[in-house]
Amino acid sequence: MRGNDYNFAFLDEGSKRVIRRALLKAVAIPGYQVPFGSRELPIGRGWGTGGIQITLSVIGPGDILKVIDQGSDDSVNALSIRNFVKTCTDVETTTDSGAASIIQSRHRVPEAPLKAGQIMVLQVPGPEPLRLVEPLESVTRVMHAEMDYSPMWLALYESIVRTGDIELGADYPVMVEGRYMMLPSPIPRFDNPKLNMSPALFLFGAGREKKIYALPPYSRVESIAFDDHPFKPEDVSGRVCRLCGAENVYFDELFDSETGERMFQCSDSGYCEKRREGAAR
Amino acid sequence: MAYVAVTGGREAVENAAALLERNRTAGDSAVDLDAIQARFGLLIDRVMSEAGFYAPRYAALALKQSEGSPEEAVFLLRAYRSTLARAYKSLPLDCEDMTLHRRVSAAFKDIPGGQFLGATYDYTHRLLDFGLMDGDMDSAKNREEPADKANAAPIKAPRISRELRRESLIADNPDSNSEPYDVTMNPLPFPAERSARLQTLTRADTGFLSGLAYAGLRGFGPSHPTVGELRTGELEVLLPHPLIEGETICAGGIVVTEVESLFSEESRESTREAAGDPLRRMEAGQGDRVDKSTAALSLGMGYGIVFGRQDTKAIAMSIMDHSLQTDGDGILQNQEFVLLHGDCLEMNGFISHLKLPHYVTFQSKLDRVRRGGGEEREESGDAR
Repeated sequence: MRGNDYNFAFLDEGSKRVIRRALLKAVAIPGYQVPFGSRELPIGRGWGTGGIQITLSVIGPGDILKVIDQGSDDSVNALSIRNFVKTCTDVETTTDSGAASIIQSRHRVPEAPLKAGQIMVLQVPGPEPLRLVEPLESVTRVMHAEMDYSPMWLALYESIVRTGDIELGADYPVMVEGRYMMLPSPIPRFDNPKLNMSPALFLFGAGREKKIYALPPYSRVESIAFDDHPFKPEDVSGRVCRLCGAENVYFDELFDSETGERMFQCSDSGYCEKRREGAAR
Repeated sequence: MAYVAVTGGREAVENAAALLERNRTAGDSAVDLDAIQARFGLLIDRVMSEAGFYAPRYAALALKQSEGSPEEAVFLLRAYRSTLARAYKSLPLDCEDMTLHRRVSAAFKDIPGGQFLGATYDYTHRLLDFGLMDGDMDSAKNREEPADKANAAPIKAPRISRELRRESLIADNPDSNSEPYDVTMNPLPFPAERSARLQTLTRADTGFLSGLAYAGLRGFGPSHPTVGELRTGELEVLLPHPLIEGETICAGGIVVTEVESLFSEESRESTREAAGDPLRRMEAGQGDRVDKSTAALSLGMGYGIVFGRQDTKAIAMSIMDHSLQTDGDGILQNQEFVLLHGDCLEMNGFISHLKLPHYVTFQSKLDRVRRGGGEEREESGDAR
């Protein structure tokens, strides 16, 4: 792509303004899904276009961008998105989550705590937590308006009756400020607590589903659970990163194709790299 | 260790792009953009229609760039469209002003203005023409000029439905002169107003829309249509003059196919009244169901319009437009089902995203399976 054939950050200015307006509304009503006129991008719809549209709309020449997919800066999709944004904005990019002003991510929140002033952009495949219990959008909108989350609680209860536990994996629903039920995007449950009272701004974009929602800094975010069945993140105990020796982080599980041996390494590649650099010094 | 998706991504992506470039430039003959535009018109029509972007030259370019894949070509056009500011809105186009290339009616034999086939495959025998394997047969020199009639003066004709409307046989939608809803600039709201539904249907994936309409015809939809009129032709797109009031500027011509399908149905008024009033139902000796023989019949109208020469898609659109105007629990009467699943980019994008790594979410799933199902698995293992 020849950069000067296209506008700064690809989209025309009118479209970016439309998206920023939706973002402002989303920030004003934490956890509420704001419908927006999602634009098509050169990246596959369903491959992170909601997050990319947010990034393109808020990014300026002074920003430093980090893009991760599944925690990794170097996976193909992260690479493709980072190259795309870089081509049409020429901003600086980084793998260090501490140095970034905007972090766009699919399926992970970085291990290192986020700071005030940072923007965390998460790509959302399906924004609607109530889709589990109700297929129709027109109905779920009313349920949110009336804060009618009882079918969801019932589904959780049934899950416990059937299997003894809440059978939800990643993308585990949360309540925001005690008002809106929200999906945190398919981050592991391990990352859910990082959303609570975070000093950073969280922006969530679902391009195909045309929804934007947000967590302003220091939002109260609770993973849904019962008093006698508390929320449980994934069990990472006893696992150690084979590269940097980290514990109590989220891991990728690897198998040696020859020996069949199972091992672990940090899912957050930038964090792992930084630890190894620190150890080497 | 086979873990290429996390490390070495850059090289893999570059190599994949190089392989694509090799495919694009394969063989000895270059693909001429003019030739694509001139000779692959129906493919271009399909791509422009699904992209919602009337640009034959760019559609040809997109096809040249993407090994002729309609899916990829639509993708390229849609993405490019996002970079263009919407500067003007055209005046409403009236299809009765169309310079007709083709016009058929399955409802009436003799229609004012006449029927004529135009360029259609309908009555050809689909036999592979091995003569075309020889390039020389393919040249403009050997072209047979069609009969004089086809080159006659431009033909315009009023719609057939005009007469039926005059007789008040069509249960019409009331005229709405409000600004149409634009689903490319705003998210689709539910319930979706008709303009939003029509725009979504005309941009829908051709195969998806035809499949839905076919399901409707086979019994999953409310009823079976008669194609009142199918017309293909050229329309002028006029813009209001920015400075001189009342003047217009012609932005160019577009070729579209328009279909009006007719469905016999109970008059909506009488059905609604009878269904809504239990007393009236009891008087008429009816149970829970409205007796069809006592309800007045009228014609329902389904409307289809698509870019280019695309009969099947236009008819399919008219069937789905009618289906969404009817009340009922059928899946093809459900707006969210019909309108949310046929966008070329959305459906292909989401299906193809499954190829992306899901290491994080799958770990989370594994955690649940390992922790939750452990005991049960062991027990069932013993039983075996």
